[in-house]
Amino acid sequence: MSNILQLSGVSKSFGRAHERNAVLRDVNLAVEEGDFVSIIGYSGTGKSTLINLIAGLLKPDKGTATMDGAIIAGPGPERGIVFQNYSLLPWLTVTENVRLAVDQLFPAMSEAERKDYTASYVDMVKLTPASGKYPKELSGGMRQRVSVARTLASNPRILLLDEPLSALDALTRATLQDEIAEIWQKNRTTVIWITNDPDEAILVADRVVPLLPGREGATLGAELTVSMARPRDRREILKTPEFKDLKIQLVNTLLGAKKESASTFTKKLAIPDILPEDLAIKRNYSIFDRPEPRRRSQLSREEIKVEAS
Amino acid sequence: MKLFYQLKLDAILLPIIALLICLGGWAAISGHSKTTSYVDDWGDQATKTERFGIAKNLPSPSETWIASKPYIVEPFAKRGELDQGILSFAWLSLKLVAQGYAIALLIGTPIGFFLGLSKNFSRAFDPIIQILRPVSPLAWLPLGMVLFSGMRIMDSSGRSVFGTSDAAALFTIAICAMWPTVLNTAVGVRAVPQDYLNVAKVLKLSRTKTLFKILIPSALPYMFTGFRLSLGIAWLVIVAVEMLIGKPGVGGFLWQQYNANSYAHIILSILTIGLIGFILDRVMSLIEGRFRTA
Repeated sequence: MSNILQLSGVSKSFGRAHERNAVLRDVNLAVEEGDFVSIIGYSGTGKSTLINLIAGLLKPDKGTATMDGAIIAGPGPERGIVFQNYSLLPWLTVTENVRLAVDQLFPAMSEAERKDYTASYVDMVKLTPASGKYPKELSGGMRQRVSVARTLASNPRILLLDEPLSALDALTRATLQDEIAEIWQKNRTTVIWITNDPDEAILVADRVVPLLPGREGATLGAELTVSMARPRDRREILKTPEFKDLKIQLVNTLLGAKKESASTFTKKLAIPDILPEDLAIKRNYSIFDRPEPRRRSQLSREEIKVEAS
Repeated sequence: MKLFYQLKLDAILLPIIALLICLGGWAAISGHSKTTSYVDDWGDQATKTERFGIAKNLPSPSETWIASKPYIVEPFAKRGELDQGILSFAWLSLKLVAQGYAIALLIGTPIGFFLGLSKNFSRAFDPIIQILRPVSPLAWLPLGMVLFSGMRIMDSSGRSVFGTSDAAALFTIAICAMWPTVLNTAVGVRAVPQDYLNVAKVLKLSRTKTLFKILIPSALPYMFTGFRLSLGIAWLVIVAVEMLIGKPGVGGFLWQQYNANSYAHIILSILTIGLIGFILDRVMSLIEGRFRTA
């Protein structure tokens, strides 16, 4: 089996008993070594839940998530994750943040080797001039680059990116998309990229899988294959009919699913079970014998027959 | 007026004005001595000194200064066990505070970590902590005396160097000053973002490494707030403790001078205690500022 990652029939809900909130339902995904997959969906449909399941930070309720045929039991460095909010440690400099991963994962290396190794990854994301700075001194794009460097330095077999660029402005996002795609082209790690931007999904990935919302949790829809050649020049690609077709297809799928899930959405509303106070009744102000509020459900109608004579 | 603000004179002048107002109020209500001479019953010339004023036994600012001068101009003089320069007393107090405070931190920080890390531990011990926390130092001291009643460490010449009252003093300072450290550390540990813990999980950091590389650095700003508050309390407690056990120190000096009817020295002690407390707080907040991240 050449699948490095396999999700079969994965479901996940949160909450307890009757308030159970189904997030994912029957998710199936197979990823081969070297694939660049992007998963696209609306905010709040469970994209982060899905990536946490793959990372091993969460466990599926039903179904199995396997890597190389073995069930994913917990998080590990072989599935490196780039978090949406960077998750850099603010008390460490750029180099120290990357170094933390290197020290932990390559204990066999000598001091000098580790230093060079760390520097090479800081250089890969073009942050050598800022290597001694603290995260708070960096812009959002630079922070996310550090996060990418830290994750790549741990030499993962699968790189998981959880909306890595959603907190950045459009121009910085474009630059970083290109940079990450370029890095991928060099070392061909398997990548799963979660996003909410159709352009981003098509531009960076070879396979685009929509995550469709539904009443009983979101599930993955039919995937699109992007066969555009690499390296992709965004200015050229945005003009091609192929790109436009893919985008329209993708947007239609997502909008259709949203409509479907929205139309069947029902919510039970509770009407307050209380009636206004009857001011005609003389109030009793005793502490121990206070009048109870009148409940709608307690009202009863009585019919008394009165003889006419 | 523009120049006034430009030179930031208001920052200096206003406190000085406030200080002068306070001194004026003090001078107004304090008493003053009047010496009158009169002819006594035997026909001799005699003098008598009487005090007048709203609070006639309260020494005036100038009287306080004159009486305090020998303690201030020779701050490290040692004329006797309970008659030393003011800074010499302060140094004795500070030494005791440092010891008690160190014990408070050594015990309080780990307790705070356990409270922050374990929900069950927190549920179990929170009521006890909430009940013990507001207990006054004056109430702990007798218990300390009982607990360490047999304590006696002597030097080679048979002089007691560390006795029951010393142990009780340390016990009281430690147990009173511990709580802000305990509670702030617990809050700091609970406030460690899940993201940082996820990083630790993905990198498979060991428990010890997670503690030293993630939890402690992340909780450090909170911990330092606790440390600072603890130091403030330790300094409050030392005065009460010294007064009760009669140890030489600022508080001991204050109580002894009260008993000796030397009221000017009480004011000197109060001002010294306040000033040192202020300096300690400033120093701690400077250190705190250095550890503030993000």
